[in-house]
Amino acid sequence: MSTNAMERLSPWLFTLGMFLIWEIVCRAFKVDPFILPAPSQIFVAMGQYWWPLAKNSFVTLWTTLAGFALAVAFGIVLGIVVGWSRAIYRGLYPVMIGFNSVPKVAVVPILVIWFGIGEIPAILTAFLISFFPIVVNVATGLSTIEPELEDVLRALGAKKLDIMLKIGIPRTQPYLFGSLKVAITLAFVGTVVSETIAANAGLGFLMVQAGSNFQMPLVFAGLLLLAAEGIVMYAIFAYVESYFVGWAFRSSMSAGG
Amino acid sequence: MTAFVDIDDVTLVYKGANGGVHALDRFSVSLQKGEFAAVVGPSGCGKSSLMKLVTGLVPPDFGKIQIGGETVRGPVKMAGMAFQNPNLLPWRKVIDNVLLPLEIVQPHRSRFRREKERYREEARALLATVGLDGFAERFPWELSGGMQQRVSLCRALIHSPALLMLDEPFAALDAFTREELWCVLRDLWEKIGFTVILVTHDLREATFLADRIHMMSARPGRLVMTKEIPFPRPRPIEVCFEPAFTDIVHELRAKIGEVRKG
Repeated sequence: MSTNAMERLSPWLFTLGMFLIWEIVCRAFKVDPFILPAPSQIFVAMGQYWWPLAKNSFVTLWTTLAGFALAVAFGIVLGIVVGWSRAIYRGLYPVMIGFNSVPKVAVVPILVIWFGIGEIPAILTAFLISFFPIVVNVATGLSTIEPELEDVLRALGAKKLDIMLKIGIPRTQPYLFGSLKVAITLAFVGTVVSETIAANAGLGFLMVQAGSNFQMPLVFAGLLLLAAEGIVMYAIFAYVESYFVGWAFRSSMSAGG
Repeated sequence: MTAFVDIDDVTLVYKGANGGVHALDRFSVSLQKGEFAAVVGPSGCGKSSLMKLVTGLVPPDFGKIQIGGETVRGPVKMAGMAFQNPNLLPWRKVIDNVLLPLEIVQPHRSRFRREKERYREEARALLATVGLDGFAERFPWELSGGMQQRVSLCRALIHSPALLMLDEPFAALDAFTREELWCVLRDLWEKIGFTVILVTHDLREATFLADRIHMMSARPGRLVMTKEIPFPRPRPIEVCFEPAFTDIVHELRAKIGEVRKG
């Protein structure tokens, strides 16, 4: 088998291997399914409860994407504002760090009081948890323009806006797309945190319900579906990244000398 | 005859958190139109400050700078700049990197969309003169370091600046490529006839290229000596191996040695 084909297959092989070891350990040590169900039991539960799982997966997916979309829009705007000037950067940074340090679990009850139980707190939690890496990356891309390049353009009479449009914003793209991959997985965390605390739909809600009914295989089925959604979204954004900012990958392999 | 670039008794102090940095002290140099001047000195002598002052990015604390008879009060717009790092934009093709200044500086800026084809033609011609025929549609990362520096020179010259400011443009290249690029710069200068201020720490480079070499002291930078380079133009690279050439380099070297000791 060529190394190329091997590389393409290896993620599948590793996943399969992980499930196999899990299954073997569960059977060999006769692990109580209430503690840790074997993958076979989880897949049986998936087949048995496929409709509620599909329904709730969909709710989690769309609330996550809605929160993520808000985070992208808001993150890009705030990132540009923060990256625009050193004064704003220095002024806003501590506030943002402080904000990011607050565990979002602590915010969910407030959101529930404001907006009631349902999808809106989930969307907002996903938004709150995922906008930060986007802001930081966009701002970093803008504020690390090579000073000499800026000099070249300023000496020609370029205004700050020219420099941002010609250099800042294009050069921020690799940072932005890189941060989207991180942000989308964080958005899932946000949604599920909110769903487990206060919701009437979504995978988080389903897992809490299943847990309180002692249906551990179903709880794990929810977990696996969450992981799967996260992987798919990550893969989509990794593809988008390589499509839009391929130059950033290639330029690191520059001819040199 | 009045000078084209006149740096008259200029002092520059950077105000920092822990006291100021005295970069230049009563520094005076003047250049005729079309002159090739080199500025040499020990490291940290304020050579780069000179770049910023002349292009109008930083105002002097005392003294004044005149270009073409007018006092510099802001970005001069008629200067091209190139640095040690080519600083090309990796998402733009070579030709679009070269065209970047035209998207900024007037009057090209307002014409750029309408006359794009003509400008592209000019850029291609300029690339051809530095030996980059057929590389216009490549990306910078497909080019070697020396080629990238050629592109950087083209970008500095595309808007036909009257003044070219070079800050150690060849310092990061290997010896062979460096000499190759000396000749590229020499040919461009002879062909187009702009005025050049070349900041460098390479004495051979300064002696080969310049009409006059101005030597600066360690910080705060003062003018220590000005040396006329007598070799006739056009200068072939073989000049570098003549005894007279070596004598000048030795003389400059000895002087820098004194200056560094303070």
